[in-house]
Amino acid sequence: MSVPIFLLLAVLTVASALVIVIHRNPIYSALGLVSTLFLMALLFVGLEAHMVAVLQIIIYAGAIVVLFLFVIMLLNLQVEERETVSRPLIGAAVAGGLALGLLVLLGIGLTPLAPPAPVQPGYGGTQPLAERLFTAYLLPFELTSLLLLVAIVGAVVVGKRQA
Amino acid sequence: MAVDVAIACIKAVVMLLIALQVMAMGVYFERKVSAIIQDRIGANRASILGFAGQGLINTLVADPLKFLLKEDVRPDGADPFLHTLAPLAAVIPALAAFAVIPFGDVLEIGGRTINLQAASLDVGILYILAMASLGVYGVVLAGWASNNRWSLLGGIRGSAQMISYEIAMGLALIGVVLTYNTFDLQEIARRQGELIWGWLPAWGVIYQPLAFLILFAAGIAESKRIPFDLPESESELVSGFFTEYSGAKHLMFMMSDFVEVVLVAALVTTLFFGGWQVPYLGREGFHFPWGSSIALPSLVVAILQIISLSVKLIFFTWLQIVIRWTLPRFRYDQLMRLGWKGLLPVSLLNVVVSAALVLMREGRA
Repeated sequence: MSVPIFLLLAVLTVASALVIVIHRNPIYSALGLVSTLFLMALLFVGLEAHMVAVLQIIIYAGAIVVLFLFVIMLLNLQVEERETVSRPLIGAAVAGGLALGLLVLLGIGLTPLAPPAPVQPGYGGTQPLAERLFTAYLLPFELTSLLLLVAIVGAVVVGKRQA
Repeated sequence: MAVDVAIACIKAVVMLLIALQVMAMGVYFERKVSAIIQDRIGANRASILGFAGQGLINTLVADPLKFLLKEDVRPDGADPFLHTLAPLAAVIPALAAFAVIPFGDVLEIGGRTINLQAASLDVGILYILAMASLGVYGVVLAGWASNNRWSLLGGIRGSAQMISYEIAMGLALIGVVLTYNTFDLQEIARRQGELIWGWLPAWGVIYQPLAFLILFAAGIAESKRIPFDLPESESELVSGFFTEYSGAKHLMFMMSDFVEVVLVAALVTTLFFGGWQVPYLGREGFHFPWGSSIALPSLVVAILQIISLSVKLIFFTWLQIVIRWTLPRFRYDQLMRLGWKGLLPVSLLNVVVSAALVLMREGRA
């Protein structure tokens, strides 16, 4: 991925992430989340990880956030009320945020980075991914599916109890 | 470099034109086939210089023009930004999904070998699922942004329905992927050019009949057409999620509806009915099973394949419209029961049986 395209995507991603936090309307926040996830999928495409990119869109942008929207609409959430905050508090928050950002930048700048490991072309494709997933990482993979099964059973139990 | 870009653009335009032409045929069928089924004459009023073309002028010229010229009404209290975004969010993913549908094998021209597919992705099938799952935002946003109870109910129904049927759709596709061992739609289409017993084209429907039925049913549900049109059900919800849309925005919702119909047809054709394959037509021409063969230049082969794909697309579009005008609408609980208790277990069964058959074929069990 060329640097200008990466920078454009990065700026857009951060901007939509800010919309999630800052916007007062929960629907717009959820849409900001969709936009962030979609742009992250595009960043994955830039890393040649097509499989991860498409799964990101199908699962997160296409299913999970739709359920978020579904719940927001069912509960009929209104525009969020802002509490008035005193000026010194705002100043302290901005100063603290800037200091934290500076510290993170300093930390990244001072850490010696190893040169990136060489990768084969097509390393992010379906087959290399599946090979790793079903050989080296088979146990974590199966344990994750077990975890999801437990979560589904738990959801059914909780739902039955209330009915 | 410039030539490569030009070729990529031309391929995208060709695929888009195929899709939009079939969509226009779909709109025409919708008016005329319904008329025949209901023993009416159907659209026949508009004409240009006395030429009505059996209602063609009505459906393809007068109707879109009427929509474009109508006033764009936005109800009080509707969210202006999202109200405008929703029709775009409905139609763009549906059109983008056509990028991975192959419309021919390869074209050899001027020393180049061009793969006749707008975007060759190794995750082709998943890309279509991703675009289909993004289509739901159009419905949900239209429902919410209209500031209307009917619209909101339609939008909520639509989101629940589309997520439910996506699962059955994805599981049906797993059977196909197991059979062909690839996600690439072009590769799947090529494999269907093989012959069983030397004469029967190895179309996917022969290997995966159950997956075809599940995918077709789930596809109609995804495109929100009768018998699955609960999101718009005009007898209860006026017009569902697009009640408050008029003019060009309404036209865009209508267009996304029909583009999705063509997309289902394209998916079914490519996965189960050979896509662009013409029986016995190879890259150099026809090779009939009784021994004779006809040599053809590459360009003629490519054109025959595009025609073959178009004919199959028109057939499956027509079939969906006949289904739409034949079956009554489901109740909402029937819809959910069919999705979760009918299609889902059957598609899981299809995955297990397909996996067992693939193992047996490869002699590993």
